[in-house]
Amino acid sequence: MLSREQVQYIAALSRINLQEEEIVLLQKTLTDILTYIEKLKKLDVANVKPTSHVLPLENVFRDDAVKPSLAQSEVMNLSVSHSRGAFKVPQVIE
Amino acid sequence: MNLFAQSAHELLDQIRSRAISPEDIDDSVRGRIAAVDGRIKAYVRLRDREKNSASLQGNGSFKVPIAIKDNICVKGEETTCSSKILQGFKPPYSATVISKLQEKGAIVIGQTNMDEFAFGSSTENSAFGPSRNPWNTDCVPGGSSGGSAAAVAAHEAIWALGSDTGGSIRQPASFCGIVGLKPTYGRVSRYGLIAFASSLDQIGPLTKDVTDCALLLNLIAGHDEMDSTSANVAVPDYTQFLTNDVKGLKIGIPKEYFIEGLDAPVRQAVNEAVEEFKKAGATVKEVSLPHTEYAVATYYIVATAEASSNLARFDGIQYGLREQPKTVRKTPIIDLYEETRDRGFGWEAKRRIMLGTYSLSSGYYDAYYLRGQKVRTLIKQDFDEAFQEFDTVLTPTSPTTAFRIGEKAADPLSMYLSDIYTISANLAGIPAISIPCGFSRERLPIGLQLLAKPFAEDMLLRLAFAYEQRTPWHKESVPL
Repeated sequence: MLSREQVQYIAALSRINLQEEEIVLLQKTLTDILTYIEKLKKLDVANVKPTSHVLPLENVFRDDAVKPSLAQSEVMNLSVSHSRGAFKVPQVIE
Repeated sequence: MNLFAQSAHELLDQIRSRAISPEDIDDSVRGRIAAVDGRIKAYVRLRDREKNSASLQGNGSFKVPIAIKDNICVKGEETTCSSKILQGFKPPYSATVISKLQEKGAIVIGQTNMDEFAFGSSTENSAFGPSRNPWNTDCVPGGSSGGSAAAVAAHEAIWALGSDTGGSIRQPASFCGIVGLKPTYGRVSRYGLIAFASSLDQIGPLTKDVTDCALLLNLIAGHDEMDSTSANVAVPDYTQFLTNDVKGLKIGIPKEYFIEGLDAPVRQAVNEAVEEFKKAGATVKEVSLPHTEYAVATYYIVATAEASSNLARFDGIQYGLREQPKTVRKTPIIDLYEETRDRGFGWEAKRRIMLGTYSLSSGYYDAYYLRGQKVRTLIKQDFDEAFQEFDTVLTPTSPTTAFRIGEKAADPLSMYLSDIYTISANLAGIPAISIPCGFSRERLPIGLQLLAKPFAEDMLLRLAFAYEQRTPWHKESVPL
């Protein structure tokens, strides 16, 4: 069973702030799923190459050409808080 | 027959002969939505007719209403993946599939409900609440493209687009008694599809019959320089393969799929379909896909790892929801990220982000993610080998018919296992189609899945069409 501390550690990595009851429920359901996944350990994969991608593609390039793109204002307007072409966030540096 | 109840190819014939206008169809479908969507809840948003005026007045020859899953960007229309975290997000561009469809005159009539970020198999994990199965509104429509499947089955759309990462087009198509195709990875551009698992995701058609499936695939397939993983492989006219001839084709039946957990009515309907193919002149033989039992476990490593990375972009800064807690817990900026994600993501999204983060984290990477990628190779090799001998592999789409709303909600593992037959196609990158093949005693649809080698959508459509011509299932209509 995943410990409370493990769940909180993964939550911190995931940038999720869990409520108390969520921690308890995740301990159980994540453990169930991880236990199910353990079945992969039955296979000998020492000499198998990993597949990250099914198509035989590598280094897809395009011409380095100037093309029209979205207007800055169109993109900035998607943010709830912005000013003069920059996203506004809480203070980061003291 | 009401216009809304007809297939796209039937309607397009009537538009060409000027018997009806595209506006007539739009009226008919909108009337149908007004009459039944209160019970089905297939749509999360409808689009005004005025917004489609360019399509309606243009020269396109496919002016029929299409429903779009809520994770495919439509310029200027709120697109949210049925998640709170994307509330209010109006993409400043359209997905390539949308631009392609609109060039041909397609009418984007609305956006359909889905499991949040496509995380689910029932459409219950939506921030908008569940959609319902038109055949029995106590049951789920399947998922994650449940809204699109329900819309087509309930005649609230003539056809629809969904996305399929582990079965999310095929399983709801099966549950709702319609046709659903997951194309080969790279066949259709993913540009503008909000990513779940980038190495598995594909957009595909959900339609009333196989002819419509071929037509819609014609419209969306092809290379796109905006998606570097789209394949530069020529797109044939898929309708030319609807020949009704399957003589001499070789069908493999994987013994690993006909196991405990497969419901008796589904087994029986699929066995009867096999007999139908034999009668049509195909040859049928057993085949082995020995790594089948590892597919679900592999998928939940690979898919969640990719999802945890893709969903890292939802942090409240550039678009979507932003929440700032009143008191400082860590630092103000980290608090903003965490509060936004805690309030914005639903329960299943959090679980999958955490699972993916865990399998990618230091000390666990080799045991989980790397091992998962290696088993993925083995699963792909099973299919490579099978397609040396066989033209197609035939399986049930899902081990059961539609389950009841709430039945699996508390047990994520049992929900994950409902995708046991569909997940392998995504891991192997191969195309697969689900077509109706019968009904249970409770009048719930049963689906049959055909799989083929990469870029052999032509083979799937050929087989599916021949089966459809010999059976009545696609003509059955929902009791609404």
